[in-house]
Amino acid sequence: MKVIVCVKQVPDTSGKVAVNPDGTLNRASMQTITNPDDMNAVEAALKLKDETGCKVVVVSMGPPPAMGMLRELLAMGADEGVLISGREFGGSDTYATSQIIAAGINHLGIEKDDIVMCGRQAIDGDTAQVGPQIAEKLHLPQVTYAAKIEKEGDTVTVQRMLEDGYMTVKVQTPCLITCIKELNEPRYMSVGGVYESFKKPIAVFDFNTLKDDPLIDLTTIGLKGSPTNIFKSFTPPPKGVGQMLEGADKATCEGLAETLAAKHII
Amino acid sequence: MDFNLSQEHLMLRDLYRKFAENEVKPLAEEVDEEERFPMETVKKLARYGFMGIPFPTKYGGAGGDILAYAMAVEELSKCCATTGVIVSAHTSLCCAPIFENGTEEQKMKYLPALLSGEKIGAFGLTEPGAGTDAAGQQTTAVLEGDHYVLNGTKIFITNAGYASVYIIFAMTDKAAGTKGISAFIVEKDFPGFSVGKKEKKMGIRGSATCELIMENCIVPKENLLGKEGKGFAIAMKTLDGGRIGIASQALGIGEGAVEETIKYVQERKQFGKRLSQMQNTQFQLADMHTRMKAAQFLVYSAACKKQAYVEAEMAGKKGESYSADAAMAKLFAAEAASDVTRRAVQLYGGYGYTREYPVERMMRDAKITEIYEGTSEVQRMVIAANLGVK
Amino acid sequence: MAYNSMDLAAFKDVWVFCEQREGKLMPTDFELISEGRKLADELGVKLCGLLLGDNVEGLCKELAGYGADKIVLCESPLLKYYTTDAYAKVICDAIEELKPEVFLIGASTIGRDLGPRCAARLHTGLCADCTHLDVDVPKYLDFLRASSTLDIDSMKFDMEDRNLKMTRPAFGGHLMATIICPRFRPAMATVRPGVMRRAEFDQAKADAVEIVRPEVKLTAEDVHTEVVEVVKAAKKIVDLVGADFIVSVGRGISKNVEQGIKLAEDLAEALGGVVGGSRAVIDNGWLSADHQVGQTGKTVHPKVYIALGISGAIQHKAGMQDSECIIAVNTNESAPIFEIADYGICGDLFKVTPMLTEAIKAQKAKKQ
Repeated sequence: MKVIVCVKQVPDTSGKVAVNPDGTLNRASMQTITNPDDMNAVEAALKLKDETGCKVVVVSMGPPPAMGMLRELLAMGADEGVLISGREFGGSDTYATSQIIAAGINHLGIEKDDIVMCGRQAIDGDTAQVGPQIAEKLHLPQVTYAAKIEKEGDTVTVQRMLEDGYMTVKVQTPCLITCIKELNEPRYMSVGGVYESFKKPIAVFDFNTLKDDPLIDLTTIGLKGSPTNIFKSFTPPPKGVGQMLEGADKATCEGLAETLAAKHII
Repeated sequence: MDFNLSQEHLMLRDLYRKFAENEVKPLAEEVDEEERFPMETVKKLARYGFMGIPFPTKYGGAGGDILAYAMAVEELSKCCATTGVIVSAHTSLCCAPIFENGTEEQKMKYLPALLSGEKIGAFGLTEPGAGTDAAGQQTTAVLEGDHYVLNGTKIFITNAGYASVYIIFAMTDKAAGTKGISAFIVEKDFPGFSVGKKEKKMGIRGSATCELIMENCIVPKENLLGKEGKGFAIAMKTLDGGRIGIASQALGIGEGAVEETIKYVQERKQFGKRLSQMQNTQFQLADMHTRMKAAQFLVYSAACKKQAYVEAEMAGKKGESYSADAAMAKLFAAEAASDVTRRAVQLYGGYGYTREYPVERMMRDAKITEIYEGTSEVQRMVIAANLGVK
Repeated sequence: MAYNSMDLAAFKDVWVFCEQREGKLMPTDFELISEGRKLADELGVKLCGLLLGDNVEGLCKELAGYGADKIVLCESPLLKYYTTDAYAKVICDAIEELKPEVFLIGASTIGRDLGPRCAARLHTGLCADCTHLDVDVPKYLDFLRASSTLDIDSMKFDMEDRNLKMTRPAFGGHLMATIICPRFRPAMATVRPGVMRRAEFDQAKADAVEIVRPEVKLTAEDVHTEVVEVVKAAKKIVDLVGADFIVSVGRGISKNVEQGIKLAEDLAEALGGVVGGSRAVIDNGWLSADHQVGQTGKTVHPKVYIALGISGAIQHKAGMQDSECIIAVNTNESAPIFEIADYGICGDLFKVTPMLTEAIKAQKAKKQ
């Protein structure tokens, strides 16, 4: 049994977000992190490893620096890393991305008792589409928004969150599950894990590695193979300037309350 | 010379920082205020391998080096000096002497539980009448058949009460002076061993500092660490290593104060300006940071030197002494930490003197680094002796 | 003839997936039907609601009343509860048969499960969590003039372009992107709940509803997941989305979490509102996840949003910057929250909040 976890390296949008004059994101000026929901997926996989001794493989598609992120996940306890990286893959939308990652997973091989895990969504694009689209491409049943996962034999029972509650869903392996932060608290790397991580393998899958997979066709991957295109990207105009009130005392608060009342806001 | 950290060290620093920020910092104020030993943190430290960093995986260690260990104490101490010293005393003063002087049986018996953090370690050398003058040991150990009988009192013992394993020094031959001191591995459950009163301290208030009392304490013969009469040498060598830990703690405290102060001066306004816009603030922080950076170089250099020593000894060769390097690192880092934290409080002004902000705690915490595991004066003695100035 | 998603001319009509749970339509359905109506009119085509369920025919009229010309109704006991497999199969079968050119889905936790699965199967593009939709270029340009810093008049546009222009926030709202799907059909979008405006209900239109029932080719073997139970959250869900007044707390309450939350509750009570929190507050477990405002939490637009001790990280701003009036209290005068606040108070929330609560109570008392 193995758990394949799909992870993405993303700019840390919790800090300052820098935008280039042309309206694109200035990625170079931003810290990168492992996408938060993906960390929950990694933790869920490692928990299964703790319980069953299964293998955990972390897979990421991205430029070579994503290797560092994979190393960190190995230091948390994952067994192997796979970096899917290639010029041909650049510019992919979620459809094309899922084709490529699905081909990468095919290359690893999916067996009867395997599970694929993803984070619900990445904080840069917030699409939540790649997980379900990988599942479709691999013909796997999917359960998204998992807040609780239990595995017994071939059966996985998932608490799947809804806006106003949850569903309990049973599914057979192999399957794909997308994880949300309520699922668990991701562990840290361990000191020993850092040293071990340098002894664990990280494979690189490029276009040549995957080109024989039927999913990989230059018309279905990369910028050219993406059904969606960016028509325009722009920054919203700054809101009208607000005012900093003088002081922070009783008079300030009374003045503010008076203004709100005068404007019929309260 | 390469001043760059390896990839492993960079990853470890990232781990230490995240752990310290998320797990240690939120408790620092409470631990100080309530003089409470942060047992819950120790459990987490254990889980992530912080309790056995510079030891081989064979004994359950993390397989790291001394620099990796020093950096851990540094990063933990940035947020909480109490947590820093718990790790330092455990690692340098208990695990290290067993690893460096123990028989294979002793190592296999004690190290796995210590390095996994399941058990905490401590070190008992200081006595009411034997502080800086460690040779004046009054505790005695008498061999009676298959065991030694220990009698005496140790004071100011870090981790006391929470530790399960203690390295205890006692006179096996009073007439022989320092050559009559021997070291023992003492378990907290040995008959006749007890923990006495807890000190109320100025700083590192969450760390447990207590008396140890041995009244006809029975210690099996096989728990003699090293040979009889070699205790003083073991103690001195252990303290050399311990000083790197304390120097790292001091380094962390000072760096923590600089970081906190930088945040504060950018927020606080006086005379219509941010404090950070005032030249005095800028110059003060420039000095503070420079001092801590210099301390960091000394500490890291001493750590690397000890690593080279350990590697040589493990290879059966004679390692080069790092005693003076450790002494210089501790002397400089401790004095820098005291100076920098004092200046931090000054920059904060009245707020800095209150417990609203962490710098007053850091100032109290910094002071001990000039005192324990050899006062600054002792460090100067070591350094001068190493220079041949006698 | 084999289904070909690139045969653009074969596709016509705007479809809206009308999600129902336990026989009840979701409020987003009406928003999407209303928005879909506009798009269908711009395109000069019909608007169809796509309704799946078990015995849900009774819901068709209501959907028509908000503007649907036709309801494509697929009923089966296997569609009683949502499962990805059953819904995706029935929807994809219907789309392959009836070929809509635009397909909208509410971006609920179910819509965002279903949408990508269908888009991948149908080989077409999907834009996630849209907040604005256009077909007509002049209308789109008006939107850009109002909502972007672009110099529209110096740019060239193909005024005849009939692609669905799907606009959505990215990077927590710092960037907006308009996405098109020019080569494949249907152009699919999931649409953020609460954003589109619901039209007036039209009884005549409701009564005139036309129902189409494509054959449902679904067997139990098609469904690989089993819904064991559906549980409504027992605990009270904070209705952040519908609230007029929200008082949110951030990391600034860390000094005394209990008191910080209490102060926010008092202020919220004085205003007749609810308490929310930033991501830090939820991650630390100080408030439960249903209180979270922001990119990964809820998007809110209350009349008044009061941010206590919230620095204003971009994700947080994404969830609340469209509030009508933003008031921020923070000790750090350079906190980014002040950049979008209408009124900022640089001070300690523990001191300011009780004073503000009193002042608001006093003003309200005066008005009565």
